[in-house]
Amino acid sequence: MNPLEILRGLWTVFRNMLEKPVTYQYPEIKRPVRQRFKGRHELKRYENGLEKCIGCALCAAACPADAIFVEAAENTDEMRFSPGERYASTYEINMLRCIFCGYCEDACPTEAIVLEHNYELSFTNRREAIYPKEMLLVPVPPNGKPTPQQVPSGAFDKAIPEMENPD
Amino acid sequence: MSAASLLEWTLKSVVIFLIIVGGFAYTTLFERRVQARMQTRIGPNRAGPWGLLQPVADGIKLIFKEELIPAQADKLLFLLAPVVTVLPALIILAVIPLGPAVQIAGREYSLGLASNVNVGVLYILAVASIAVYGIVIAGWSSGNKYALLGGLRSSAQMVSYELALGLTVIGPIMLAGSMSIDQIIAGQRGLWYAVLQPLGFLIYFTAVVAEVNRSPFDMPEAEQELTAGYHVEYSGMKFALFFMAEYGKMIAVSFIGATLFLGGYLGPFVDRFWWLGPIYLTIKVVALLFVMVWLRATLPRFRYDRLMAFGWKILLPLSLLNVLVTAVVFVLVGG
Repeated sequence: MNPLEILRGLWTVFRNMLEKPVTYQYPEIKRPVRQRFKGRHELKRYENGLEKCIGCALCAAACPADAIFVEAAENTDEMRFSPGERYASTYEINMLRCIFCGYCEDACPTEAIVLEHNYELSFTNRREAIYPKEMLLVPVPPNGKPTPQQVPSGAFDKAIPEMENPD
Repeated sequence: MSAASLLEWTLKSVVIFLIIVGGFAYTTLFERRVQARMQTRIGPNRAGPWGLLQPVADGIKLIFKEELIPAQADKLLFLLAPVVTVLPALIILAVIPLGPAVQIAGREYSLGLASNVNVGVLYILAVASIAVYGIVIAGWSSGNKYALLGGLRSSAQMVSYELALGLTVIGPIMLAGSMSIDQIIAGQRGLWYAVLQPLGFLIYFTAVVAEVNRSPFDMPEAEQELTAGYHVEYSGMKFALFFMAEYGKMIAVSFIGATLFLGGYLGPFVDRFWWLGPIYLTIKVVALLFVMVWLRATLPRFRYDRLMAFGWKILLPLSLLNVLVTAVVFVLVGG
């Protein structure tokens, strides 16, 4: 070991003391996440308040960690949760299993499930790790109505809405 | 022995214990904060103002940890080892004066438990060597091959570096013409021995870092090869005792280094205001502790064969040379 090199190393380390620490004081100051950050899932709604999720369970099929459980039930025009025939009566994600890969997002035919930017998923027991539908569903938008809605018959027959032309 | 002097000695012993125990707690915090800054982080600052309660939180955590004794362990020695390791660190400060003698109500009090003992330096060397036993016993009694290897390494390393350490201490002894710590400090009134013995001070510091098993000489607890070395099987408060021994020894050797080479409690105006003595000593000790933390933040761990080669082929001859040169100059100049 060359003593001069040791001194050089010591000086390099000491110089770092004079620099500003890069630490974010986390709970008070939160670093904004990237736009495509994959955090906690959210179940989206249409503007009129209907849920996008149609209970098809493709997300559960795509999930490599088997974290999603979906149970579907029938929609009626008096008790309508989502467009089309069925809606998710139970929708649970086990956050201890989820690996935040985003395959559920890719599999969803109605773009109902989206991995959003919330990453503060701490819990103190295993039961709390299972996020039910009420926690995942986003609030009703301002000019929408809460589900279940009473709708005129035949208005929301198609489960998958018309996609806008990509052009 | 009168009741008054008994009380005086008891008080001094309690203060010395508190310096090591309290110092241990806050040296851990000091090390974590300083290292964090060296890595451009902030370090623990949540528990209490500026993280000052962090050692308390750590202590509470360690108390509530499970105490585990391996089935293969030799129970008595396993329990004895942390005690043997920590005791030298606690008692080694007995011969270090914390300040000049104080006159209170017509009686003179020295600010050290036994600083006028005429074998002070010998006491330091003797007590410092006991810690090796604790580590070897810990390694052997755990019934674990990693612990055993850690203990073996540690004994080899500490014995090798103790030679260099003992030889560097001869410098101040020769210059002061006495083994008494009080005499050695009095001899530095004009000039620190670190100035007269720069090589000796450097070797002392290097040997001492190896002696307390600090990075870059922390071979006995090398994480990569030995998982944690001699204390791999220890948990809870028994582990905390080893931790305390390491940091206690860090503080103790800083006190000794400051006393033997940096003039101890001496400094400007210390003759007029006695309370400046402990302050100067604290500043010097913290400076030495800072350098130890700094070294840990900078240098990677030595390879074991290089560690031994460094100790035997470089440090030992250098310290012998230092003793020789000091002796020759001493005789020629005549002190």
